Amino acid sequence: MIYFWAFVVGGLICVIGQIMFDVFKLTPGHTLSALVVIGALLDGFGLYEPLIDFAGAGATVPITSFGNSLVHGAMQEAEKHGLVGVLTGMFEVTSSGISSSIIFAMIGALLFKPKG
Amino acid sequence: MSNNQKKQLTPVQQEYQKLQKQREIKRPVVKNCIKAFLTGGLICLIGQLISDFYIYYFDFTEQTAGNPTVGTLIFIAMLLTGFGVYDRMAQFGGAGTAVPVTGFGNAVISPAIEHRSEGFVLGVGGNMFKLAGSVILFGVFSAFVIALIKTILIQWGGL
Amino acid sequence: MLAGHRTWIFEHKPVILSTGTVGGPFEANGAIPDDFDTLHADLWLGQDSYEKAHKVLFEEACQKAMEKGGIQKDQVQFILAGDLINQITPTSFASRTIGSPYFGLFGACSTSMEGLALGAYIVNTKGAKYLLTGASSHNTAVEKQFRYPTEYGGQKPPTAQWTVTGAGAALLSDSGDGPRVTSATIGRVIDMGLTDPFNMGGAMAPAAVDTIEAHLKERNVEPSYYDLIVTGDLGQIGREVSMDLFKKHGTPISEEQYQDCGLMIYREGQPVLAGASGAGCSATVVYGHLLNRMKKGEFKRMLVVATGALLSPLSFQQNETIPCIAHAVSIEYGGDQLT
Repeated sequence: MIYFWAFVVGGLICVIGQIMFDVFKLTPGHTLSALVVIGALLDGFGLYEPLIDFAGAGATVPITSFGNSLVHGAMQEAEKHGLVGVLTGMFEVTSSGISSSIIFAMIGALLFKPKG
Repeated sequence: MSNNQKKQLTPVQQEYQKLQKQREIKRPVVKNCIKAFLTGGLICLIGQLISDFYIYYFDFTEQTAGNPTVGTLIFIAMLLTGFGVYDRMAQFGGAGTAVPVTGFGNAVISPAIEHRSEGFVLGVGGNMFKLAGSVILFGVFSAFVIALIKTILIQWGGL
Repeated sequence: MLAGHRTWIFEHKPVILSTGTVGGPFEANGAIPDDFDTLHADLWLGQDSYEKAHKVLFEEACQKAMEKGGIQKDQVQFILAGDLINQITPTSFASRTIGSPYFGLFGACSTSMEGLALGAYIVNTKGAKYLLTGASSHNTAVEKQFRYPTEYGGQKPPTAQWTVTGAGAALLSDSGDGPRVTSATIGRVIDMGLTDPFNMGGAMAPAAVDTIEAHLKERNVEPSYYDLIVTGDLGQIGREVSMDLFKKHGTPISEEQYQDCGLMIYREGQPVLAGASGAGCSATVVYGHLLNRMKKGEFKRMLVVATGALLSPLSFQQNETIPCIAHAVSIEYGGDQLT
């Protein structure tokens, strides 16, 4: 059942992105930045975690989950260390996305030539 | 973006733009949304399979499987980008390939591959975040503001 | 001689002695591969960057033009050429190899006719005996600079165009046999307030219409004087909108005589969306395909109107609109010509 909801919820988040591309004529940069902020806001209101429980990868794979993870990491540290935790905790949960992007980009640049 | 500028257009310009709009090939919004839905849904489904793989065969839980899943998806994005396949998938899938984390990976990997001709330090290093930088900036900054507000409300308001 | 405000009539009718056209793999698969002198199987041309390959494209086009015209490079007085890359480095570096005195030009995709107009003026006033002019573009080098890295998954809308990988060069002289440059009308910068960098055709059409109508008025000819009025790269949308404008202004240009290089170079089935574009588009199609047809006698008089969009990636980010320009040059071969 979770596979079905992963497909549907993930697909729907992408449809929101497509509407931002085609109807609002936003660039990918604007669209993805907006989605990240939306993900952060939803976690601020405590709405993103239930979505993850419900749709699994349908909520963790889209870029909105990046915003969610950042707020989560910040809140976890802030509970322990107060306001300074907001700064120190941010990348705790979401480390894989950034580090793997950088590492694989470097490996990609070493191995591949652009194809056009 | 549009309304403010439209008020500054001369009558001739406004008239031309109306004429041009009639000839402009309209984006097939519904078709694009369907393609985005299918492509994005499929990528998330694959993400779910990978996640379950990590939970059953390695020692991850539902909460912690997110990290290796994302790493694996970005690895796949590297291969697809490097072999020149990702951009063709994206012309079909649109937001379905851009919104999942694979799109983020592609946004970092493609300029890295492209700018190798300018060397690794200035080319690859200097251009790597040219597309993904705004996502990181707005993600981090909005998370900062939200977490700050929430923390203050909790500490002082007993949320 | 100046006719009207911005049209030159070339009394001595400079001759296009020979031309050189070079293309890439996409063009080899296109509609007019036989009209290219050289076609390359990949985008690298044996170089280690797209920009260096771009330089080689233009070098080869010039060398072919000189070879076919029987001229050595030290006989060429001037090179007038340009491309779309920052600071027109590919053309400048190619001119370093060729070695002749050099005017670097920037007219975006209108550079080919900007160069032909200026070159014809110089030859007509006895300022040069032999002169090379041309333009070039390289698909992935242009995408890298203006849009996104080539492997980036950005979805292009149906109004977008495909940049030609190609170079076209023409050798002009004051004597000899060949198609003759008879007049030129220089374009003004026209801006209708459009902002979408993925819809160049729509932005450039008013500039083409402005230059064409000025040319017809100042040269004092009816559109029927020309067998062919061909634009550089308006694409499907730009061509249709400009036809609408001609009808609105009462300029009698027919569908058959009004063509676009961007719609000629590729076949159906190639993923070019609204058509081809790039400084190399008009250069390769005119200096190859169209002049070949003219020399075979298929038509006698054509007006080439190369169109350019004068934006940069930065201007778009600063919310600027897209100003455009179009330069028209008339080329005639056989048949009665106006004096």
